Amino acid sequence: MAAHHDLPDTPRENIGARRVGRAAFLGVVGAGVATLFYGRQISNLTSRATKPFADVSGLSAIVPSGGWRIYTVAATMPVFDRRTWSLRIDGLVRRPIELSYDDLLALPRAEQVSTFHCVTGWTVTGVHWAGVRFHDLLALAEPLPEAHAAHFVSAEIPYDDYLTLADTALPQVMLAYGMDGAPLPQEHGAPVRVVIPEMYGYKNVKWVKQITLVDKQGSGYWEQRGYDVNAIVGHSNGYG
Amino acid sequence: MAELSSPTAGATAAVAGQAGVAPARARFVKRFTLTERVLHWVHAAAFFALLGSGLILYLPALSVAVGRRPLIKEIHFYTGLGWAGALVLIVLLGNRRALLRTAREIDLFDRDDARFLRGETARPQGRFNAGQKLNAIITAAFAVLFFVSGLLLWVGERNTDIRLGGTLYLHDVLMYVSVVLVAGHLYLALINRGTRHSLRGMVLGSVREDWAREHHAKWTPPRP
Repeated sequence: MAAHHDLPDTPRENIGARRVGRAAFLGVVGAGVATLFYGRQISNLTSRATKPFADVSGLSAIVPSGGWRIYTVAATMPVFDRRTWSLRIDGLVRRPIELSYDDLLALPRAEQVSTFHCVTGWTVTGVHWAGVRFHDLLALAEPLPEAHAAHFVSAEIPYDDYLTLADTALPQVMLAYGMDGAPLPQEHGAPVRVVIPEMYGYKNVKWVKQITLVDKQGSGYWEQRGYDVNAIVGHSNGYG
Repeated sequence: MAELSSPTAGATAAVAGQAGVAPARARFVKRFTLTERVLHWVHAAAFFALLGSGLILYLPALSVAVGRRPLIKEIHFYTGLGWAGALVLIVLLGNRRALLRTAREIDLFDRDDARFLRGETARPQGRFNAGQKLNAIITAAFAVLFFVSGLLLWVGERNTDIRLGGTLYLHDVLMYVSVVLVAGHLYLALINRGTRHSLRGMVLGSVREDWAREHHAKWTPPRP
């Protein structure tokens, strides 16, 4: 064999042939299976490494590496019309009210930078939100003492979800109308969405059109499909 | 110009152009069985259907432009199931001996293959060159991983106890790497002059004997 392999006219010899293809196959599958378990850590490292490049090249606007994905449950997204839009607050309140977009903007403005976690495994850090704190908003309708939760109804039918009034009183929870220095874009729930960084994205209801105060939390859209009602990041939905 | 002066010369030039340096009467040898070709094209068609529907779900701009997320999700999921089912059916009902022989060839790497992968692409190669073997291995492994991670995404949306944190990330990374591999594959099969004759083998099953000798010197093709 060794004598043959330098000869140019013996091309049909398989010198040094080894069955390594199956090992390569299993190696790739094994690396993939490991990624299923440790992908979050790897993803954090790679998005940190590629972020400067993605930002400079403008790629981050197209490819959601370390960025947003747009999840919806209806066939079309609600369209915001400033002239006709209103937010209704009712249920266990003394004074049910209807607010226009301008009424909402006139309320005390709160701003924050927080992290958005999606339950499917992606995260966006450093999101700049502007909006209204719930105690300022709900106070306008004068909640009754028996009100303990808020039911958020989206204009994206049939999406809805609940938060307890203890949750809505957490320091970084708001009804946001601004995002990263601009009005909330359509795909992020224009004109207003719930922001609660402590909980996974499905609790951050987009396109909110009605807030009904109730005595206790019910099951929202995803909770009726198996998700946890209490969606604390890292401690629910199979994590933590 | 040749077409204007002599239609015959023009036709010959066209054939020669298509075939590279074809002799006047080319002899053909069989490279792929029908089973191998059906497996390839079913996989290819499913890949592009899944890539298209997947990108609508994944890229924010496309998600917004297309909408109808629940429908696109269903299309993506059932295309994936159909793809996996079709591959299993082809293996069960097709020429399994031919598939097994192909798998054995892909499994085996020799010293020429190692040198080929290090850039010495003139090294004599078998029916598959080392790059084709590597591409086939990665494609097969990715098929398994795409299916598993896709199924986990679907199941995890229905039973949150079965969520694994890296599932979505794996599915995305597989897509990125696959797109690069497919782009290279398409370049070699459709554009690159020296290699694009191989497309004929995957469409019709046979390739020119002289081309086979040049590119796959260690392959002893079945007599036509």
